[in-house]
Amino acid sequence: MSNVPSNLKYAASHEWVLKNADGTVTVGVSDHAQEALGDLVFVELPEVGAHYDAEKEIAVVESVKAAADVYAPIAGTVTEVNQAAVDAPESVNADAYAAWLFKMTPDNIADVDALLDAAAYQAVADAA
Amino acid sequence: MLKQTVLNAAHRALGARMVDFGGWDMPVNYGSQIEEHHAVRKDCGMFDVSHMCPVDLVGADCRPFLSRLVANDVAKLTVSGKALYAAMLNEAGGVIDDLIIYFLTDTRFRIVVNAGTADKDLAWMQAKAAEWKMDVSITQRRDGDNALGIIAVQGPNARAKVWQVLPQAKAATEGLKPFFAAEVDQYFIASTGYTGEDGYEIMLPAGEAEAVWNALKDAGVAPCGLGARDTLRLEAGMNLYGQDMGETVSPLDAGLAWTVAMKDERDFVGRAALAANGQQKQFLGLILLDKGVLRGHQKVVTAHGDGEITSGSFSPTLQQSIALARLPLGVAVGDEVEVDIRGKLLKAKVTKPVFARNGKAVI
Repeated sequence: MSNVPSNLKYAASHEWVLKNADGTVTVGVSDHAQEALGDLVFVELPEVGAHYDAEKEIAVVESVKAAADVYAPIAGTVTEVNQAAVDAPESVNADAYAAWLFKMTPDNIADVDALLDAAAYQAVADAA
Repeated sequence: MLKQTVLNAAHRALGARMVDFGGWDMPVNYGSQIEEHHAVRKDCGMFDVSHMCPVDLVGADCRPFLSRLVANDVAKLTVSGKALYAAMLNEAGGVIDDLIIYFLTDTRFRIVVNAGTADKDLAWMQAKAAEWKMDVSITQRRDGDNALGIIAVQGPNARAKVWQVLPQAKAATEGLKPFFAAEVDQYFIASTGYTGEDGYEIMLPAGEAEAVWNALKDAGVAPCGLGARDTLRLEAGMNLYGQDMGETVSPLDAGLAWTVAMKDERDFVGRAALAANGQQKQFLGLILLDKGVLRGHQKVVTAHGDGEITSGSFSPTLQQSIALARLPLGVAVGDEVEVDIRGKLLKAKVTKPVFARNGKAVI
């Protein structure tokens, strides 16, 4: 059974979102996603400063088995990327919630509240 | 409803991640595909390949039948137990399946064919036997009362582990050279595999498979899923049916020329088409020089025209992405080419189509 922390919000496309005190959000892929993909060997992250609409392809994670797109969970502008995840993709397998992928400033912070809560995401993951 | 092998419950008990593999409910890994891969290169791992289909041929015409049926020449099989890798072609020279033929006696051969192609293979063989009026009975051994399970035990310590669990098999198998088989009671033990490592493929009565699987596990053999099987065979440069070859690809363009015996006048299905068309592409390896992962169907841009990746992944042994590819004639080993990955052209180096065997990188 995968781990779904209750302090995070989730997109049905398997990203997690954490609201930060400075108004940005931190985004990664869920434990369920890393487990489904298997051993990750490649992570490609967006450019800092780039703007993405919600549900647009923003990053790529690849395992030995397959490539998977990561989608922007909400609309916003990328402020920071986690180079450590690029250098050690296996860190996402080890702890998908510690190995974040990127931070963004949301166009509208209220969009975060419209994402899935842990219980709703758990239901999505269980059905996958 | 997915089909299950006799080891399905054993996989689930081990917490395997199960996937639909061509209609079969099979383990892709038991945790980490990369750790399973390394276990086979460095120690010993085992795979359930009971979805593959053994086919027994019995009858006076086994040899003339096989001589016409496949592109390799069964005349090479002169010693009992010897195995031959061969492609079964259609009239157009495309590959219906790749298979291993084990020679037991002049009236008894065993073939092992791929899981997804077994039904069409059997139908093709039956039709050809009837058309050529050959005295040969063709019996599948995957389903029914006489079904066999298949466990592949692979790695530098595979033989010792198998003898520990099946001591009765040691005398008959310890002198077995690569690509041979020995029969020990109801067990058929072959020094064949799909990993580039030493080891055995054990065919045994389906009802005994779970006990042997569990005994091997207790002896320290790592259960490995189809994920590791794929990266191991890719590193070893072994073709996968449906990806690196298929009904619309000539074996000469799929790196299988070494399995096509054209020296004498032997008549076999597909020969005329191969002779007429010749080789149009070459089958080579690629190592990605930039960061990323090579995958099947990606376009390869070369100075001699475009090619295509047929299988690609990340090589746990090399810690780089590798691929097998069909490339234009004129491309040479050592050339630098570009691969289109999501619209970006990334640099790759052309290699021989073999990357690692016997625990070591060979590139």
